[in-house]
Amino acid sequence: MSISEVFHKAKAENRAVLVGCMPAGFPTVDDSIASMIAMHEAGCDVIEVELPYSDPVMDGPVIQRASDIALAAGVRTRDTLRIIESVARTGAAVVLMTYWNPIEKYGVNAFARDLAAAGATGMITPDLIPDEAAEWIAASDEHRIDRTFLVSPSSTDERIAMTVANCRGFVYATALMGVTGARTSVSRQAPDLVERVRHADPDLPVGVGLGVGNGKQAAEVAAFADGVIVGSALIRCVLDAPDRAAGLARLRALSGELAEGVREPQK
Amino acid sequence: MRALDELDVAYRTAKTDPEFQAEFGNLLKNYAGVPSLLYRAERLSAATGAEILLKREDLNHTGAHKVRNVLGQALLAKRMGKPRVIAETGAGQHGVASATAAALLDLECVVYMGQTDTERQALNVARMRMLGATVIPVTNGSRTLKDALNEALRDWVASVDTTHYLLGTAAGPHPFPEIVRDFVGGIGVEARAQSLELLGRLPDAVAACVGGGSNAIGIFHAFVPDEDVRLYGFEAGGDGIETGRHAASITGGTSGVLHGARTYVLQDEDGQTVESHSISAGLDYPGVGPEHAWLHDTGRAEYQPVTDAEAMAAFQLLCRTEGIIPAIESAHAIAGAIRIIPELIQEIGRTPTIIVNLSGRGDKDVHTAGAYFGILDEVETLVPGESA
Repeated sequence: MSISEVFHKAKAENRAVLVGCMPAGFPTVDDSIASMIAMHEAGCDVIEVELPYSDPVMDGPVIQRASDIALAAGVRTRDTLRIIESVARTGAAVVLMTYWNPIEKYGVNAFARDLAAAGATGMITPDLIPDEAAEWIAASDEHRIDRTFLVSPSSTDERIAMTVANCRGFVYATALMGVTGARTSVSRQAPDLVERVRHADPDLPVGVGLGVGNGKQAAEVAAFADGVIVGSALIRCVLDAPDRAAGLARLRALSGELAEGVREPQK
Repeated sequence: MRALDELDVAYRTAKTDPEFQAEFGNLLKNYAGVPSLLYRAERLSAATGAEILLKREDLNHTGAHKVRNVLGQALLAKRMGKPRVIAETGAGQHGVASATAAALLDLECVVYMGQTDTERQALNVARMRMLGATVIPVTNGSRTLKDALNEALRDWVASVDTTHYLLGTAAGPHPFPEIVRDFVGGIGVEARAQSLELLGRLPDAVAACVGGGSNAIGIFHAFVPDEDVRLYGFEAGGDGIETGRHAASITGGTSGVLHGARTYVLQDEDGQTVESHSISAGLDYPGVGPEHAWLHDTGRAEYQPVTDAEAMAAFQLLCRTEGIIPAIESAHAIAGAIRIIPELIQEIGRTPTIIVNLSGRGDKDVHTAGAYFGILDEVETLVPGESA
């Protein structure tokens, strides 16, 4: 299912889309596949696979730690593609979140081709701005990969307009002006930002990320956003678990709770 | 990103504002002790067969060229109405300089420093804390300069309304490389004028060490139009390029994107940043300022790696011939300058004149150098607790 279809379907059901993030290869390739499949089965509509990167400056400490673990275990860009293939095969909608340098190193067009072949439908690029994305825009057009750039509360209206004009599928709105990591309460800046994005493009779905950690917060965000993006809280299920089985059980439980959250009666 | 746009706008107006420039100039002169001397190192010259002039940035307040950059940026923070500055630091020099400027200009200061570096440079951690700064050891990744930079960027993204990021080198996203280059650019302007005054001509070559590249771009920039002046940047060769344990981004790296700039990066085939290695914490960075990448690509400057061993030999030579203990970073420049003397003689047919940027003093490196030369037992009994 394409990202647009996922958002359409959720809209028809009068609910928000749940996007769950997990670094590829954390803590091993097979474990990360199992985690992602469990997340999907327990209610994540979209699996956001994060390509582990040595310097993830737009992410918080939890994602960095998980990425470090994956890299130390030797995960490669090709492994990430293999993981995407395994997860997409189960019917999950998969998007990749990746910093730019690994893509450039792989070859931009070749990567778009192989990403599409692996079954991913979109790619989120946190450290690439549309002004410098000509090569990516061409490659993603050619291979029909949806493009998600980021907007934040500090973005000017002009930048928001320019960014959403270059997105396809959905735009990623960072709810807290800061980096990812589960917070105790949902930022107030988020609804304002979503409104500004809708003003620029009423039709493009808006996913809100950075901060959601439980079902209640998911419901709060679902009240004003089209998608709720959860990363650190899910990763922590695996990171803090005593063993693999316990980690998967926690992941299922939290995914289920979040899935209920995005379906709670709105407003 | 708005923070960068805002900084860019603020800097454009400051750059052409005579009042700002006068305030900056006044602080440099009356507080930092600038212009630094251009010193004719006669015993070193005699020992090496060239005429070597040292640009004595080690004599600046806080002991390195970095004070120029931090004073400029702290003034800029004031101008933008930001009460807080954050900084990353490797060896601790930039952190100490930032804490100094923050104390002087009444700004809150938070310094991010890789945990490995806080251990290597414990005295600088104490200095920063004495000056009122908060030092946060970074335990992510390789726990060195690049990870400190990551952490500072994270802080900044969340705190941009109140905080200026006082970036320590001529790298990172635009407009930082330009801002830093301009603030440290006085090094080259002074050296050029001093050379004309002292010798009646320009030097044959200018040499500097290159990590992120701020001291090098600071001394190179004014000489770039002087085509007869050769520019040499010496990168940290660590154990040697062939061992893979080095920090020479230009000689041993490939083109990539790191910390918001396209430049040369130490990376693996997947584009993952590779850990850099150098005996000098200040050069231990897996990227290099984009202007150096450009000077390299255009052939205007030449970059070569200098190993730990070569740098330490030059360190000792400078100590013994001139009574100057250099920063280990700067010792790379001395070592490189000595290496190029024979080819310069061959090229120009006479004794070459080389200006070496002595970017910092070696107080902070006494422990490292003492351990390297095996003369540390006495130091340890004299200064208990220094062995971190």
